[in-house]
Amino acid sequence: MTEDTILGSQVTLFSTVILLLVGGLLAWVSESLHRHAPKVIAIVTQIIALYIILGWYPASIPIEDLVSSSQWWAFYQQDWIPRFGIQLLFAVDGLSWLLLILTVLLGIICVIISWTEITKRSGFFHFNLLWTVAGIIGVFTALDLFLFFAFWEIMLIPMYFLIAIWGHENRGYAALKFFLFTQISGLLMLISIVVLAILYQQQFGVFSFNYFDLLKLNIPLDLATWVCLGFLIAFMVKLPALPFHTWLPDAHTEAPTAGSVILAAVLLKTGAYGIIRFVLPIFPEVIPLIAPTVMMIGAVGVIYGAILAFAQTDLKRLVAYTSVSHMGFVLLGVFALNERAMQGAVMQLFAHGFSTAALFILVGGLQERLHTRDMRKMGGFWQLAPKLAVATLFFAIASLGLPGLGNFVAELLVLIGSFPVDPVATIIASIGLVLAAVYSLTMAQRVLFGDVPDYLKSNTKGKFFLPDLYPREKWVMFSMAIALIWLGLFPQPVFHLSQNAVNQVLSAATNAKTTDIASTSFLIQGAGL
Amino acid sequence: MLDLLWLVPTLPLLGSLILMSTPLSRRWVITVGVGSVGLAALLVASILQTYLIMGTDFTYQQTLWHWITLDSLQIDFGLYLDGLSVVMMSVVTGVGFLIHWYSAGYMEGDESYQRFFCYMNLFVAAMLILVLGDSLIFLYLGWEGVGLCSYFLIGFWHQNKENVIAARKAFVVTRVGDTAMIIGLFLLFLQLGDLNIANIVTNASSTFEPGSLLVAICCLLLLGGAVGKSAQLPLQTWLPDAMAGPTPVSALIHAATMVTAGVYLIARMHPLFLMSPQVMHVVAVVGMLTLLIAGATALFQSDIKRILAFSTISQIGYMFLGLGVGAWSASVFHLVTHAFFKALLFMAAGAVILAMHHEQNIFKMGGLRKKLPLEFWSFLIGSAALSALPFTSGFMSKEMILAATWFETDAPYLWWGGLLGAVFTGAYSFRLIFIVFFGPSTNTSVEPISFLMKPALLILCVLSLVGGYFVLPLDGVFETAIASSDEPHHLPVAMEIIAIAAPFVGLLTAAQLYLFRRGTSINQDKEQGRSNAMQEFFFSGWKFDQLYENLIVKPFGWSARVNKNDVIDDIYVGIMNVSRGLHHVLTVLQTGYIRWYVACLTAGTTVLLVLVLSGH
Repeated sequence: MTEDTILGSQVTLFSTVILLLVGGLLAWVSESLHRHAPKVIAIVTQIIALYIILGWYPASIPIEDLVSSSQWWAFYQQDWIPRFGIQLLFAVDGLSWLLLILTVLLGIICVIISWTEITKRSGFFHFNLLWTVAGIIGVFTALDLFLFFAFWEIMLIPMYFLIAIWGHENRGYAALKFFLFTQISGLLMLISIVVLAILYQQQFGVFSFNYFDLLKLNIPLDLATWVCLGFLIAFMVKLPALPFHTWLPDAHTEAPTAGSVILAAVLLKTGAYGIIRFVLPIFPEVIPLIAPTVMMIGAVGVIYGAILAFAQTDLKRLVAYTSVSHMGFVLLGVFALNERAMQGAVMQLFAHGFSTAALFILVGGLQERLHTRDMRKMGGFWQLAPKLAVATLFFAIASLGLPGLGNFVAELLVLIGSFPVDPVATIIASIGLVLAAVYSLTMAQRVLFGDVPDYLKSNTKGKFFLPDLYPREKWVMFSMAIALIWLGLFPQPVFHLSQNAVNQVLSAATNAKTTDIASTSFLIQGAGL
Repeated sequence: MLDLLWLVPTLPLLGSLILMSTPLSRRWVITVGVGSVGLAALLVASILQTYLIMGTDFTYQQTLWHWITLDSLQIDFGLYLDGLSVVMMSVVTGVGFLIHWYSAGYMEGDESYQRFFCYMNLFVAAMLILVLGDSLIFLYLGWEGVGLCSYFLIGFWHQNKENVIAARKAFVVTRVGDTAMIIGLFLLFLQLGDLNIANIVTNASSTFEPGSLLVAICCLLLLGGAVGKSAQLPLQTWLPDAMAGPTPVSALIHAATMVTAGVYLIARMHPLFLMSPQVMHVVAVVGMLTLLIAGATALFQSDIKRILAFSTISQIGYMFLGLGVGAWSASVFHLVTHAFFKALLFMAAGAVILAMHHEQNIFKMGGLRKKLPLEFWSFLIGSAALSALPFTSGFMSKEMILAATWFETDAPYLWWGGLLGAVFTGAYSFRLIFIVFFGPSTNTSVEPISFLMKPALLILCVLSLVGGYFVLPLDGVFETAIASSDEPHHLPVAMEIIAIAAPFVGLLTAAQLYLFRRGTSINQDKEQGRSNAMQEFFFSGWKFDQLYENLIVKPFGWSARVNKNDVIDDIYVGIMNVSRGLHHVLTVLQTGYIRWYVACLTAGTTVLLVLVLSGH
């Protein structure tokens, strides 16, 4: 990468991560000063980070012209471990910028909504929250694969603590399961990263983990398939895709609200980001061979997640399985390898980020009020807490893909883009639209409508009692709803922002170095696939 | 005037947003809720006037904003005005306004007054987007929007779980159709590279080969959407249950506007359907079967609203029949007259229900002719139009459809089916009237209805009578269709007489059973209604619900329940258990006794030695 392709070189790229890490430490130690101090520090730190990130946007370029300007907006490069060619290499383009904004916004929302939920060890909680956010920001900006892996681990461990310490009844099991799934798949990725660095050394004489260097690699197809799978499985576990999704319902269900929100809204997106940023451009020869299978996995995941969501009686588990369903669309869209479907997948990252996060916040709020997540103990909440009910219904409807909201744009583009590539997978995924209506409306029906269960009758007056949304929650819900409506009606800015990245990835992934199809299929069979 | 077109859907949308955002006093709710639709109706009236001056070939397009631009995919949100959308827009705002006006009285005692008008306004906005949208995607936005409002309004009284279940059923069943439709959109986009309706229509003839399988699939998928929304076979089962909503909702959504969206869709896409004669025939057969099945079912119902619901299904069946034989104008004409007389019937039924203290069973009513004269006359006029008795609006439109089927000489059963349906229509309409308004009166006191409800009834009475004399500006839209056939179609005189006589046959049968032998027939209906297997079959709507219950709902629920704990997770749990088992096995070996380790060491060495030695 030469300097003239970069819009700006900024040390802030690295320092944002440092800022959040330091903020986390401060939040931890500040607990002894005042019980609200960690929350305030967490919010202030993230607002500063948001401000810095917003500043990376190349303000001189109108949004429509972004596509004709340079892909990379900001860039920071410094040697770290020169002996192995490991660098502190950070860069931001439109796609990562969008995801960064999403990350920090939801990080702030997490602090707001956990204001009263977290009473135990508040300092350490916000330390973990900020470190997770820092790790995620690192993942979205690091372009040295070693560095990327380091951040991949940084975001995992604080997340483990969030689940294991502040989680619900079965938190130990869930946290360990989350940790093992991510760690084992991360190991596969690490092996793949090291293999790439060694290959680079063989071909160019020096070690390098630099993304732009590794793009130049010429990998023999049989090896490429394995290395690619190492990455792909790590990312598919994170996404999560069938059949690696089973950590997610447990982790989501047991995590505290903020944990579920970060998990669903941002952490899952690192999987999709990894596929888009690394898997597609680095392994262009392998992609055509695995794309049909992966698309089908995505499509089946849409249905499978939806049916399981319908079957749940635990409200939080239901929402967790809808994530499996929605992320199936992402996988389908990304591997359709065309602009429409991939932009749809990118949009899904956002829309799902808001709609599912909002649902988790609502479920968390219900759990805080009722001390249960069991839908069999719910009903008629519309009568008791109308604002909460309206919010729940709104986001349930968003998640069933109603036109006019962001999720519809995403699913429409994914389906319209993948239809020419694989009509069967597309039709299977389309059935998910019906099933989404089934689980969303069934959930609404069980929770919001019908009779109020007797135990909510407060003893003194014989009246039912359930506190409605607090102003804090109300404004969070309102702004997330506005975001979804905005994405649904005016999605174009998102496409403008991510277009450069998407185009670059697609041209790298589809201009595969010429391969002999007959021999490749032989090799794939030989590799036991 | 035409440049204000965007304001037509915006007004009710604004009304809905205002009602959503702040609690208002009852007076203001009426002002905003009814006023917004009223203003929209006034605006439409002036647009209609401008349009009629411009001539029926005139079209007007207004782009609102660019929604998505991605390589070859360009979707704009825009409005498209031609004869068809002018007609639909007028019906939606005109009849919509009358129903809103009536609702102001009907819903008077309800605590969720504001919420009701919020949904109703939102519905009108979505319906206007549906009929005005210039691309199939924008149309789909309205299409799903009306479905959502229908869901809200069917489940309006959500304390009762059954209402909510009915609402969910309506949404899910129509979504099955919608999904077929959206797959159709993918296919159309793949073939034509565009989703703008005007472009699809112009490009279709050069892209598709007439009669090819591809165009047939496209049309069938669109038809899937249409049968879902319009409650036609095989997706008709949601509409009778949808009667759980307040009666003005049934009048607006489940009679006059939303359920006719399927008819609109097919009429809108008619150049595509014309390229596939086989699918046209499917449309006609679907219409004919639906009108017969629903008509026969209506004869056996006891709930006043369910009778009207099956009658709606049946009448939309006529519209589909008309579409299927290429009588586009006639179908849209029937859509308009049906909007008048069915809205009238529903609102009159609502008035009767209110007057009877929320009683909906017709067998518990009787002799209401004197007590409720306005309702009686409304019902009489509405039913006359519904049964297509001469000199009513329904007669004019249904006659056009039947005439068109007569000339479909390849399939004579279409005409006979339509004719038999007309007999049914006459029979069930007047059965209802004879039972409710004639005979000995029941002792219950009758509650006076709100003055706000009366004007709408009166206006719709007039429209149901004279609506047939309206000339719809549809020539410009359907000129291709008209050019291909030899207008004007008129039945031979003998057939004309048979067609006119058919509803009278039904009427006289109903009179024979329920007017002259009233006591015995009603007792038979009451007593045998549930015991006799055949009557039970008809009463249940030909067991479609049970069929789907056993075929789809139960297996789905079962498969979901069985796999509730996710069988895939068992693999991982299995791995965990195996490693835990190995862990236990290995821990057992770690006893901590030196003698045990020494023994193991010795034994192991011996075995190894034996192996090594025997190998040589």
